[in-house]
Amino acid sequence: MADLVLRVLRGLALALVLVFFLFPIVWILLMSFQTNETILRLPPSLAFDPTLANYKALLTGTMETSSGTLQVTFLRNLGNSVLLASLSVGLSLLLGVPAAYAFARFRFRLGEDIAFTLLSFRFAPPLLVLLPLSLYFNELGLADTYAGLIWVYQLICLPLVLWIVRSHFEEAGVEVENAYRLDGHSWWAGFRKVAIPLAMPGIAAAGLLAFIFAWNNFVFALILASADKQPVTVGALAFVTASGIQYGQIAAAIVLSILPTLALALYAQRWLVEGLSLGAVKG
Amino acid sequence: MSAAEGLLIRGLTAAFGKREVLRGVDLAVAPGETVVLFGPSGVGKTVLLRAVAGLERAGGEVSVAGREVSGLPPEARGLGMAFQNFALYPHLPARENIASPLRARRLPEAEIARRVGAIAALLRIGHVLDHAPRELSNGQKQRTALARALAAEPRALLLDDPLRNVDAKLRYEMRLELPRLLARSGAAAIYVTQDYREAMALGQRVAVLLDGRIVQDAPPEEVYDQPATVEVARLFGDPPINLLSAESLPGGRLRAAGLEVPLPDSLRALPPDAQLGLRPEHLSLLPSPAPGAAPASVVAVTPLHERQVVLLRTASGEELVASLAGAAPPVGAAVWAAAEPGHALLFAGGQRIAHGAGREVAAA
Repeated sequence: MADLVLRVLRGLALALVLVFFLFPIVWILLMSFQTNETILRLPPSLAFDPTLANYKALLTGTMETSSGTLQVTFLRNLGNSVLLASLSVGLSLLLGVPAAYAFARFRFRLGEDIAFTLLSFRFAPPLLVLLPLSLYFNELGLADTYAGLIWVYQLICLPLVLWIVRSHFEEAGVEVENAYRLDGHSWWAGFRKVAIPLAMPGIAAAGLLAFIFAWNNFVFALILASADKQPVTVGALAFVTASGIQYGQIAAAIVLSILPTLALALYAQRWLVEGLSLGAVKG
Repeated sequence: MSAAEGLLIRGLTAAFGKREVLRGVDLAVAPGETVVLFGPSGVGKTVLLRAVAGLERAGGEVSVAGREVSGLPPEARGLGMAFQNFALYPHLPARENIASPLRARRLPEAEIARRVGAIAALLRIGHVLDHAPRELSNGQKQRTALARALAAEPRALLLDDPLRNVDAKLRYEMRLELPRLLARSGAAAIYVTQDYREAMALGQRVAVLLDGRIVQDAPPEEVYDQPATVEVARLFGDPPINLLSAESLPGGRLRAAGLEVPLPDSLRALPPDAQLGLRPEHLSLLPSPAPGAAPASVVAVTPLHERQVVLLRTASGEELVASLAGAAPPVGAAVWAAAEPGHALLFAGGQRIAHGAGREVAAA
């Protein structure tokens, strides 16, 4: 009996948490099927005629407003997001995994300082570096290039990859790699066949988190790139038009832009949990 | 066969920062021979093995089967090693764990399968070859690790306390099984342990590592009966040896904790810091006074295997430990402790200066 009460209470508590976190998403989903008029009416109502006009506007690239027809670059923005986030994560895995290995396995001069400096990129406010960065970028010709953005995105991705993967290398321990070398395999073979597979949950989790963080970035792309290189986060600004804010299209844009990360997170949920709850699931 | 064809270690040194862990270790192991490297924890036994394996920066020379390997990376030294914590590859089934050294040697697939099967059968783990390491019991993990070390038939084997993490029953089984297995492998084996029984059971020789040096390298019985130093005597044996400060008496005798034994022939007098060492099993308890016996009372009695370990306090206040084959007197009983003839050890300055003191008693 007490068991049942406990289960019911637990269910209620879970439902409450879910409602709290999911309601905004549900509301946005509903908004994306409405026109600006039905969204803005007071009091708000759940009864409306669903319309696909918002999605159509985004996908065809033309937006009808009261003051005329506007061009929408949403699909290009979405493409930019995919390109920027995946290349940034790719690069930071390429750089971060070997670096994480080095930090985990070798003691070298200033090692901890370097690792900490890299971590500090995570908690320094981006605005602090944006002004000098944009000046440098103009000098170097990196302003408004994909390469420049991917480089700056390393500030977001690299520390994540480095610190999460490092702790996984440390957790796996050096002994199994030593055993592998004594079996007669080269260090490089041990790195590929033992160290990397054992750190894989961490690498997957770090990659996924880095992807989401890169995807959500707004301020770097806003300052350092122009319209044709900007991701969806910045692209959504286009819906703040001279004739008012296009809430419906913003909602549709949000729905479309969270789909990839949501799908990725659901798909990789197992590794994400395993990778972030280090040690709890050790075999 | 000589050690030149086995494993030869000369002048091995290793240091962590300013702390010297190994200060010139020499050790020679012939093919098919097992040398137990014995010492208390933290003395550097594992460092020595890792230095031989090439996992630790070290000075000195190491040769395997006549080939100098000191400058080579671990993978080029051709050694087999079993680790204390098994160090199995958790993402590979037992079969692939064992096959790993064979794959490194690029043997054909059929040959690998044959040799993995053979070594697994020998170690009785054939039925768990497809299991992941986490599905194996500790005993099976340890057998898998041994199989991996043996699979490529290395000329030298390094075994780092492989029985440390397995339960008592299995440890006992493996103590019986390992000597045969190691002899069959024909490898020169160094076996690290800090359990003197394991050392007695497994080693053809025991090398005792203390303060970065091998202080004694001898057959296990000799290490037990004639330990080179007080420290060796204290570490090698359980319950530990009785160590009593000794003084000379007139008439070629010595006294320690109320016990009197004749001085050995080789000694005229005792140095001032002399100590008498008596193994617990070389103390006998008498119900009544006897010449040379010390009066004592029984403080505690603990069974150990088939023997009774008796803690005594002598009239002069020293503690003695005796290990008896038969029944022990009850706690509180007054007894007389006597040294059994021929087994007393004498140390001075930490070094053994004589053994067999008290032999004359036997003659009398």
